[in-house]
Amino acid sequence: MRKIAIYGKGGIGKSTTTQNTIAGLVEAGKNVMLVGCDPKADSTRLLLGGLAQQTVLDTLREEGEDIDIDDIVKPGYGGVRCVESGGPEPGVGCAGRGIITSINLLEQLGGWDDKYAIDYTFYDVLGDVVCGGFAMPIREGKAQEIYIVVSGEMMAMYAANNICKGIRKFAEAGGVRLGGLICNSRKVDNEASMIEELAKSLGTKMIHFVPRDNVVQRAEINRKTVIEFEPDNIQADEYRALAKAIDENKDFVVPTPLSMEELEKLLIDFGIAN
Amino acid sequence: MTDKKKNNKVIPDPAAAIEEIVSRYPKKVAKKRQKAMVMNDPEQKPEIQANVRTVPGIITQRGCTYAGCKGVILGPTRDVINITHGPIGCGFYSWLTRRNQTKPEKPTDENFMPYCFSTDMQDENIVFGGEIKLKQAIREAYEIFKPHAISIFSTCPVGLIGDDVHSVAREMKKELGITIFGFSCEGYRGVSQSAGHHIANNGIFNHVIGTDEPRRIGKFQINLMGEYNIGGDAFELERLFEEAGITLISTFSGNSTIRSYAHAQSADLNLVMCHRSINYIAEMMEVKYGIPWIKINFIGAESTAKSLRKVAEFFDDAELTKKVESIIKREMGKVKKVSKEIRPNLEGKLAMLFVGGSRAHHYQDLFRELGITSISAGYEFAHRDDYEGREVIPNIKVDADTRNIEDLEVVKDESQYREDLVKKKKLLEEKGYNFKEYRGMMSEMEKNSLVVDDISHWESEKLIEYFKPDVFCAGIKEKYVVQKMGVPLKQLHSYDYGGPYAGFEGAINFYREMERMLATKIWKMVDPPWKAEPEIVGSMNINV
Repeated sequence: MRKIAIYGKGGIGKSTTTQNTIAGLVEAGKNVMLVGCDPKADSTRLLLGGLAQQTVLDTLREEGEDIDIDDIVKPGYGGVRCVESGGPEPGVGCAGRGIITSINLLEQLGGWDDKYAIDYTFYDVLGDVVCGGFAMPIREGKAQEIYIVVSGEMMAMYAANNICKGIRKFAEAGGVRLGGLICNSRKVDNEASMIEELAKSLGTKMIHFVPRDNVVQRAEINRKTVIEFEPDNIQADEYRALAKAIDENKDFVVPTPLSMEELEKLLIDFGIAN
Repeated sequence: MTDKKKNNKVIPDPAAAIEEIVSRYPKKVAKKRQKAMVMNDPEQKPEIQANVRTVPGIITQRGCTYAGCKGVILGPTRDVINITHGPIGCGFYSWLTRRNQTKPEKPTDENFMPYCFSTDMQDENIVFGGEIKLKQAIREAYEIFKPHAISIFSTCPVGLIGDDVHSVAREMKKELGITIFGFSCEGYRGVSQSAGHHIANNGIFNHVIGTDEPRRIGKFQINLMGEYNIGGDAFELERLFEEAGITLISTFSGNSTIRSYAHAQSADLNLVMCHRSINYIAEMMEVKYGIPWIKINFIGAESTAKSLRKVAEFFDDAELTKKVESIIKREMGKVKKVSKEIRPNLEGKLAMLFVGGSRAHHYQDLFRELGITSISAGYEFAHRDDYEGREVIPNIKVDADTRNIEDLEVVKDESQYREDLVKKKKLLEEKGYNFKEYRGMMSEMEKNSLVVDDISHWESEKLIEYFKPDVFCAGIKEKYVVQKMGVPLKQLHSYDYGGPYAGFEGAINFYREMERMLATKIWKMVDPPWKAEPEIVGSMNINV
């Protein structure tokens, strides 16, 4: 089984990209599990066709420790095993601790038992790695590969670089590696070549460039991935290509984060700082 | 080392011992620790580093901010339900471990000290916030016990997840109509328990003192501050005050009640025993109500006599003075009889005291009365003024840790302000009477004795080897380590199983305890198993 965590700046399109990519893997016959690690619990909406799912932490709170795995794992599009970790309402408690608790509980309940024959586990993690809880999926024994969703916007690149710092820390202690950058285009000038350059500086590669297309939003409104919503759309092929690239990826690195000066220089060189 | 029989007054220069101790530390740590170890000079009082964070990795004696707030200050108050908001350990291990005693006036009066209240936070409460459970706990405690006051103590996780205990307190106060207040005393908030004392002082001052009408019960009304009734100390002092005709309005906080704090502004004089833990309230009461305070010490028979005389001098009443003198005469007679019998067996022995924020100083008086020299001493959580005297307060560096604890802005209470006391204070000062004077531990220790702040495990071991003391005073964390070295340890946090040691009766108890512990050869007769085989060799592999 390959265990993958998706990180990236908030609002960059992690959940959308992850679910569309998973749809591509499912089409290719893979057995996938998706663990949403965001208190908003919206990481599985497109695969489940809605937000109806009970989160791990809600279940834990309502039913106590006596939980059945089927209470929290729901089958989604193409049989994807969907889990939402959930968390407290904004401004209360500790969302980071919530993620730790729910992943531990999933393990205790045998969420990854052999009988499920899972090929891929995806962890879709909220925004930046703000505290230890959000680093849980990349700790030892959890995700081994990380993909960072990024765009040509300065703050997205800045966040990607920061996440690389976190990965490097955990790479030293455990086995986690960076698999590449996924560029989710915002139609910034020179975007592809700039992200390719950023990837190179980080010691990795841009694994795929996902162009911007409104069909993604249309599919989202209909609570579907593009592959399910309009399988023949060219955007569906982009996600299939991304799924294939991940499936065939063999380049896993410990990233080399940039200094702030290097990052700014990169932006100047590619003309968006002017 | 010192030839104890011939001359214990000449104390050797401890520089070599300090040198050896710090040579094992990394350079930066050595530099820092050196500033906390000074050779005393009672005249010059050298500057000592105090109230700074312990270097991580060092085995310190210190406790946490929560322990100082809940365990020390509010713990001995019997008519308040003290709820620890946190996982169960913090509440349980701060429950009566200091052996604070209490005695309700009537059998029907509330006494919650035998109970331990905690919200017992679980993983779920960390994730989703613990405020709801805290409210439930308050309601439940109220349902069962119907207390007139509840206080809430924050433990570390409460601060991490941002539970707002103060808003919960306000809400529940409104709902239940009783006094409820919270403390942001998360364990990590300060350098040591000292931060917790300050937070507790602020809370009591803000939420309790002055909430009830002042009253006149007797001619001479006092508060006793920084007395925690360990092993029944307060009972002995109450006996003396009562006989002398001095009315004790409230003790902060041994054998005390929130009800008595509420009208503590009725006092004419505040007596401060433990300067470190309670001077804040004394200071604030002087600003708000004009009540002056004096530093006293009821540990040691001589000190007790001196303190009683100082109180009598303040009230300047012939009858009171006569009564106090007759009590002193009678009690000193009893004390002297016992010390005469015990002193020859103990004279010339050496003591080391590393405890508290005033205890390491106060107990030296008892040792002095037995002819025992306090060769080395230090506090766990004191500030520079507790070593060097209050005169250094203006020169104490205000660091980030100090700013972390709120300094209350106190204003004069026009309606209750005691102009009469302010006038009295001025007159007495002109006659040479000292108010708010504390000259610190150093002023009463021998020249060249070693003063160490926040002593570490390693340092105490090396100093025991160097000084070869006959008794070591500290707490439970140190007790068995020291005793394994063949040196008896007297706990001055909990008094082991003994006490009271305050006042005249207390002095007698302490003399007898020291005789029991020190006039024996038992420590030299037992060979521990490691004497023959001193070292256990082990190895460890780290798989990277």
